[in-house]
Amino acid sequence: MVYKKRLDGRKFDETRKIEAKTGVIPRADGSAMFRIGQTLAYAAVYGPRELHPKFLQDPAKGVLRCKYNMMPFSGAGDRVRPGTSRRSKEISMVTEKALLPSVELEDFPNAVVDVFIELPQTDSGTRCAGICAASMALADAGIVMKDLVSAVAVGKVDDKVLVDMTYDEESYDGEVADIPVAMMPRTEQITLLQMDGEITKEGLMEALELAKKALKKIYEVQKNAIKQKYELK
Amino acid sequence: MGKLLVNDKQVVVPGEIIAEGMDFIPTAGTYRDKEQVIASKLGLVNIDGRLIKLIPLTGKYMPKKGDTVIGKVIDITLNGWRLDINSAYSAMLILKDATSQFIARGADLTRYFSFGDCLVATIINVTSQNLVDLTMKGPGLRKLPEGRIITVSPSKVPRIIGKQGSMVSMIKDATGCRITVGQNGVIWLQGEPRSEMVAVETIRKIEAEAHIQGLTERIQKYLEKKKESKENGLQEKA
Repeated sequence: MVYKKRLDGRKFDETRKIEAKTGVIPRADGSAMFRIGQTLAYAAVYGPRELHPKFLQDPAKGVLRCKYNMMPFSGAGDRVRPGTSRRSKEISMVTEKALLPSVELEDFPNAVVDVFIELPQTDSGTRCAGICAASMALADAGIVMKDLVSAVAVGKVDDKVLVDMTYDEESYDGEVADIPVAMMPRTEQITLLQMDGEITKEGLMEALELAKKALKKIYEVQKNAIKQKYELK
Repeated sequence: MGKLLVNDKQVVVPGEIIAEGMDFIPTAGTYRDKEQVIASKLGLVNIDGRLIKLIPLTGKYMPKKGDTVIGKVIDITLNGWRLDINSAYSAMLILKDATSQFIARGADLTRYFSFGDCLVATIINVTSQNLVDLTMKGPGLRKLPEGRIITVSPSKVPRIIGKQGSMVSMIKDATGCRITVGQNGVIWLQGEPRSEMVAVETIRKIEAEAHIQGLTERIQKYLEKKKESKENGLQEKA
């Protein structure tokens, strides 16, 4: 069997419908919502604030702490066990590393910026949605940054290279590769690149080109959403 | 000749290119990458000749030398007081800068300023590690008596104060409250409970609409309306 037409009828280089908004959590210093298809991510940023316990402080530069969490009811009906898991810990770490190159840490020595990412509803591409939301929330919090970070998953199903897979596509019975990519759009510097499955060198290059194009579009959505909060009513 | 890619007073996000060319000079909130001048914060672009500046729209307070802030005493140390100044960094007020009175060695420092006291103080020094030193010597610097403390976004403070303090004087005149605004976004008010409420509501309104033009006129109207309704309310009672 060959994957000719996508399950939800999208083009192979088309992302799901994206919606974004900032300032969704009033008590946080910065916050954002990012929705791509059925995947929904909320991010709240607190800080820069004092870092405790004190031994974690770094006198040369500030610290960025990320926490990624899928809510218990967020999956396809199977309850996600609440609390930290091996998977969520790993994704927290890669999210942090994807955001780090954009954040100017030298501006707040000995202090910390906390980023909390919650996913009330998931349908693949959660870490990418989380990174997009987190980057917007950081900007909304007024943190000094080089650029925003945009993220999307690309992949391969059978012999088709495609962008932004759903869970159903990922579970396709055959050759599947899932590659989350995060990038700072202005310099096209890649800050996250992971892969599940297998792909040829040529396939990977093709997938990255596809990701680049999709990310530019996502970047525009993020940018407009951040500005919208300050538009005249 | 370089060219500008955004208009004056336009909102930009971090990473957005503001101008191209070496004849523009990046200042606060912007940086240069080769030929481009880029925003490093969410803010409003301010173009002043060749200088490009960003006026931040959000963000926590970052201590700056010369700022007058309102702080709360959180600790007493060997040589002074530690104050929370609504920032990631606390500030030190040392004995020498606290008062011109003589304080004997080993004196009980809570007699001067105790835990929870709110002080108006000026920042005299900020180090690279953001260690902050304060002074209480200067006009208007004092321990605050009872009143109401509210916090606002520090980026909105210039609008709350207004040009030469015009906005805050307007609120003072309209409500009869005593108001002190700290650069760190902490505001102290004292007055009749009802007028205190009006003053707080007005400040919240300024905070929400700070970036929209014609603010002063709107606030003036708002205060007049509040005053009228208060007078009407009194008549009904009588």
